Amino acid sequence: MAETREAEQSQISDPDGEELMEKNAPGDSKNSMLIASDSFENIDIDCVEEFEIKKHKGGLIHQIVKQTSKEEQDEVAKENDDQNSAKSDLSIGEDSSEDQGEIFETKDIAEALDETLNPGNGPISSHITDEDVNSPEWRSQRKHIFIFSDSGKPVYSRYGNEDKLVTLFGVMQALVSFIQVSGDVIRSIIAGEHRFVFLIREHLILVGVSNGTDSTQQVLMQLTYLYNQVLSVLTSTSLQKIYKQRRNYDLRRQLSGAEKFLDSLLNMMETEPGFLLGAVRCLPLESTVRDMIAQSIVQHAKVKDLVFTLMIANSQLVTLVRMKKYYLHPMDLHIIINLINAAESFKAAESWTPICLPKFDSSGFLQAHISYLDEDCQTCLILLTVDRESFFTLSECKNRIQERLVKYNGLQAISDSLRKNSYSIQDCKISDLRHFLYKSKSTAQYTSPELEAPYLTQPEQERLFGLYQFLHQRIHSLSRPLKILYHVGPYETLLGWVTQGFELYAVFGPLVTKPLAINAINKLLAYIKREENRLFILNSVTF
Amino acid sequence: MAVREVKLCLLGDSGVGKSSIVMRFVKDAFKEQLESTIGASFMAKRLVVNDSTFLFQIWDTAGQEKYRALAPMYYRGAEAAIVVYDVTREPSFDSVKDWVKELKRNGVSNMVIAIAGNKCDLEDLREVNTKDAQEYSDNIGAIFTETSALTAVNVPELFTSIAKKLPDADVYEPKRQGSRVHLRKNQQEASQRRGCCGGEKS
Repeated sequence: MAETREAEQSQISDPDGEELMEKNAPGDSKNSMLIASDSFENIDIDCVEEFEIKKHKGGLIHQIVKQTSKEEQDEVAKENDDQNSAKSDLSIGEDSSEDQGEIFETKDIAEALDETLNPGNGPISSHITDEDVNSPEWRSQRKHIFIFSDSGKPVYSRYGNEDKLVTLFGVMQALVSFIQVSGDVIRSIIAGEHRFVFLIREHLILVGVSNGTDSTQQVLMQLTYLYNQVLSVLTSTSLQKIYKQRRNYDLRRQLSGAEKFLDSLLNMMETEPGFLLGAVRCLPLESTVRDMIAQSIVQHAKVKDLVFTLMIANSQLVTLVRMKKYYLHPMDLHIIINLINAAESFKAAESWTPICLPKFDSSGFLQAHISYLDEDCQTCLILLTVDRESFFTLSECKNRIQERLVKYNGLQAISDSLRKNSYSIQDCKISDLRHFLYKSKSTAQYTSPELEAPYLTQPEQERLFGLYQFLHQRIHSLSRPLKILYHVGPYETLLGWVTQGFELYAVFGPLVTKPLAINAINKLLAYIKREENRLFILNSVTF
Repeated sequence: MAVREVKLCLLGDSGVGKSSIVMRFVKDAFKEQLESTIGASFMAKRLVVNDSTFLFQIWDTAGQEKYRALAPMYYRGAEAAIVVYDVTREPSFDSVKDWVKELKRNGVSNMVIAIAGNKCDLEDLREVNTKDAQEYSDNIGAIFTETSALTAVNVPELFTSIAKKLPDADVYEPKRQGSRVHLRKNQQEASQRRGCCGGEKS
């Protein structure tokens, strides 16, 4: 970093009179459908807040159900029923859990014996089984993620087999409880190139070990996402219930099949800037087309208890229609996008599955009707309701929406937009600007151009992502937050700028000067402003 | 001729081939390494048996443990259920017995139950005896067949025999109304169900 220069000022103004214009943020909207989130600072507050055991006295889901259900008495009966059935479910699971645990153990011993007896005669899938603490391949992974229960039982490891890592989990658990004894909380350890970040939640401990470009804060955010992913499969209520009944329960029984969601979420977080920004990307569409799609949903899916209806194409939001008074958090939307991306099985048939959106209400499930609207399985429609019995009603809605979108060429417009690249940096007509991320804070949406040369190879793309992580981390540094950062690196010049309305991260060629860069940013804002109706969803549609 | 709608659901351990059987029956296709089902998926298929047309509305449920508690949502009100096991995995046959017990306890009284031993093409790896499974099925009055979604053996036949065994529609009709799927209108039934979602309010 010796050859880099930096300028950090609250307001850049230089002798030439060039100045950044803090005008209205492009893509700004007072009527947002997503909960506006600051990309970072919130998370830390969250941590503190959620650290206290939250007592849910009826979450949002409960509220919606209560509003719509007329018979109060029915409700009581249902709840009792609920409790009873849930209890019996759990006890069934428990009996068998013991056997399962034993099987694991004996299997392990057998395997270990087998290995020591016939060292040359390794198992066929040696790639997976050999990946333990001593293998160089395991050690060289850029980011490890571990999840375990507060009694030290392994739940998930990104690489390698959890059962072979029990001693490692033991050490991590010991560290956590050792610090806890003195009434304190372990947050992170930095050892050489590696940072170990701890997120301690009720019953679960998540640890991220990274030697990459992410900061402690960024790893913490990733761990928060993973924790939410676990909740989205189980709900906080059942997590609490499980561990209340049996402290050393093997949670992998409940999570079997969900590991792939954790894996895919981790992979997505390493390439998709939306997680870093706490924002989603919208599919570029003419606003008339987008309105038509939203209206089709409003007209044909006016169903009681339907909370959110969204359409997603290639991880980009096409539209979102919501129930009045209820908003979706970008974090929950990312969980939904991850679910759609990771599961091929939705492409085979209409699906009906429970999903918990932790930011919306972590105590219960929403029921999701998931289907693809076109033959190529590009456009996915997700209907989220609190009514567990409305599959067939929603299925009819889906057919009507589909018919209408075919009739008015809505699906065609979506697939056209997907086929041609979103937009090129050249469209902005700004020389020396290579790439940028622009987040409109009020709508929690972001936009960025296609990746072009020199960012075409994977290592280059990873490096670019690292630059954004660096810029983001410097600007959102907890000890010294910045409004503007101008950074000259060996291969490119970076400019980050955060205002009330937006966050902008821009990457220039290495030879750009400060006045040029400032001029370019002002031009860029004007470009985004011109295109804002296409790039962002500016009005929020409700049922 | 009227079309007889039949609500059917598939149950059984994870990975026994429920989705593959449905895919073979509905689309006559087979996919290796099919991903595990999430929640449940729904498909419909028309089948003509002895000049009567049946419209099967098939709920293909997920076998994974975490979805276990959802199963009643699909088999309650179903007129037929196929409980699937994997002939190469003995434990999957043991859970058939648990499923049958649960169906007898909570399902419609005259539910047609079929037991299907899938993956019968893997004769070398067989762990479950045909005779044992046949005997067990006879005991509980269930249809029994060994299928292979891969080679299509006995898959259409399985559904045909279910269709044949269904009680006559006119006798059944009033009862069926009670177990229709548009349950919102049906207060009595709705009251038996969970409020809204798996999570409980504390």
